[in-house]
This record gives sequence, C-alpha cells and structure tokens, in this order.
Amino acid sequence: MLAVVSLITADLHFNALQTTRAVLAAAATPVYWIADLPSRLGEWSETHVQSRSQLLEENARLRRENLVLQGRSHQMASLQAENVRLRALLNSSALLRDDVLVAELIGVSPDPMRHQLVLNKGEQDGVFVGQPLIDADGLLGQIVEVSSISSRAMLITDATHSIPVQVNRNGVRAIAEGTGVLGTLEVHHVAATTDIREGDLLVTSGLGGRFPVGYPVAVVSEVERDPGQPFARILARPSAALDRSRHVLLVFTAGHGRES
Amino acid sequence: MAEQEPHGYWTIAATFLVAYVLAVLPLPHWLIWARPEWLALVLIYWTIALPHRVGMVTGLLLGLGLDVLEGAVMGQNAFALVVVASLCQVLYQRLRVFSLWQQAGMVFVLVGINQLVCQWVQNLEGVGRQSLTFLLPAFSSAVLWPVVLHFLRELRRHYRVT
Repeated sequence: MLAVVSLITADLHFNALQTTRAVLAAAATPVYWIADLPSRLGEWSETHVQSRSQLLEENARLRRENLVLQGRSHQMASLQAENVRLRALLNSSALLRDDVLVAELIGVSPDPMRHQLVLNKGEQDGVFVGQPLIDADGLLGQIVEVSSISSRAMLITDATHSIPVQVNRNGVRAIAEGTGVLGTLEVHHVAATTDIREGDLLVTSGLGGRFPVGYPVAVVSEVERDPGQPFARILARPSAALDRSRHVLLVFTAGHGRES
Repeated sequence: MAEQEPHGYWTIAATFLVAYVLAVLPLPHWLIWARPEWLALVLIYWTIALPHRVGMVTGLLLGLGLDVLEGAVMGQNAFALVVVASLCQVLYQRLRVFSLWQQAGMVFVLVGINQLVCQWVQNLEGVGRQSLTFLLPAFSSAVLWPVVLHFLRELRRHYRVT
C-alpha cells in the first residue's frame, strides 16, 4: 500500500518515472495494435472491396483535385518567394517552412476524461515530447510521452491543457484552455472590454516557444459579457477534427530539426 | 501431491491479456462513459476461484500495466485493483455461495470501489469527473458479470486450472 502511494506521489509531483513509463509503454503498444485491428479491417475492406466503376470515378475525381492543387501550389511558390523578399526588406527572419511527419492513430484513451491519442510513431522516427500535432484543419495537440515505437499525444481539449493563442483579426493574445469536453475550449482572463467577437479565428501565437506561429486553433463560438465579472466568458470550437482524424501530422519546428 | 500442483499459468495470463485489449478497444461515443472494467472483472473472478494464486500482488502488477496503457498516473489503477483484490481475498468464501444476482450486486460494489479510488487519484491530478457518471462502469460491469463468470468458469474447467 505504501509502495503504491509513494508511486503515485512520485509520478504526480516529481515526474520521476518518465523513462520507466517509456519502456513499459513500448511493451504495451501491441495491445493497442490488437485493439485497433477491427477498425483496420473495416478500412481495408472499404478500400479493397470496391467496384471498378467506383474506383474509376474516384480516380477521375482525384486527378481533377490534383490538377487544381498543383495550380495552387505553383501560385504558392511564387507567393512564398515574394513573402521572403518582402520579409528580407523588412529585415526580419524568414519564416521557415516546417517539416512534417505523417502518423497514424492506433488508439484513443479509454478514459473519456483524458483526451489522449496513441500514435504509431515514436522516438525512432524522431518524435519528441512537446512536439505539436496538427491535421488538415488545425492544431490537434502535443506529444506528452514518447516510447521507442509509439507516442502519446494530448489533445487541446484535455482539461489539463492550455495553449497561447491570438485572435487572427487583430492580434489580441489570450490563453485557450481545454475543458474536458470534446469540442469546447475556454478562453480565460480576457478583459470584458477586449475586442473579441463570435466567429473570430484563434491561431497559435508562438509565445512560449512550444507551438509554431499561425496554425488555426479554434473559432470563437460564444462570448458572454457579464458586467459583474471582470473577465468575459469566451467559448471556442476547435478547428481540427479532434475525434475524426485517423492520420495526423507531427510538425518539426525550426529549433527541433529532424536528425536523419 | 502431483495433481495439486498449480498449472494453467498461461490460461490465466491469456484472460488478463484479453481484458487489456478490451480495456482499450475503441467504443462508440454513447458507450464510452459506461465501458465495463474488464480487468477488474477478470481479476475478481480469478481471486474468488483461486484465492491462493491470484491476489493483491497480481492486482498490483495488473494495475501498473493498465496505468501505462491508459496513460494514467502510475499507481492509480494499481491502488484500486489492490483494494479490490484484498476485498475479494476476504470475501471469497461468502461470494462463492452467493446466487448469481447477489454476486452481481457485490461486483457492483467492488467495481464501484475501484472507480471511487480511481476518481480520488484523478481528482488529485485535476482531471476527475464532476458528476456520478464515474459509477456507470460499475453498473455495466455488474450487468456483464454473469457472462464473464460463465465464460471464465467454462475456460477454467476446460483447461483444469487449479
């Protein structure tokens, strides 16, 4: 009993068990892999058991999409070049494009209060603790635990997670905290007179140095100004598909290059 | 006596492994709050059936495994399962003669205690649930107890685990 209590204290207050945890987590990965088999099978049958006409149709659609995206990426290249030139004129450091790694979800936390994902990439792939995680629509969260072959990510809606953000429209800075409810963030300590409205896009501000600047985080969904309270009560809806993404992107920021 | 020699380690270990997999199996959204505590159920069964082999130490090790799997604080589930196993060690003679539904009632209490301990530790960490929904798994576990009991009993008899 005493051993258990000291174990809990050690983990809660001193973070002393990181390496033990990493080793054990690597051993536990197969369990997640097996638990994930049914959905993997479902996905496999969805992609392999398809009629020819469906495949042809999809192929044609993807071709069209590819063409459009290619066109856009050419445009993007010229815009980027222009951006770098303008930045050079402004004498600020050039924005480096971040390197990304695609990871696949192999499990979600069984406890509904703990918004965590298990990913199939680990230390071997260069994943590190604190690494930001995004999907096509916005920021998902960050890595909190890495073992050699898998890693565990905490979503931005977890009750213990906070992220520095700024309003895209006017640059007002704030902290968005998770609420433990999927699909709701709460923006804390914003003065009642601050210019922030429903529909405002919150992006990462890059303060704190953990998340790169400019990834969309959430859209303000509710602003409540009570004259009796010093701060406004602001709720926001995450932009990323927190409960639907199966493939996610791990971002390697400028400071943390990917050693190959 | 040669026949009394304990065997069937692998059977017991296999049931615990299956319980681990079930414990992290992705569930639909409406079910996730009532996920049965599979590991606790299997541990309760083996402690009642073989109190001389499965007990608090097993509970401790299994709980640590579950902590790693869930990403919980190290010791949360270990603490809870040690408590459950020790209660089963005390109560096994009574539990064995109970009728099925009386047993299910006791399972509700035992898993409820398991949940309560987990809830305490989670509140220390700051991620506890705000309502009584943390007792839902105890309810679903009690409902599933007859199935688990029947299945594990058949398994134990088939492989003659003593």
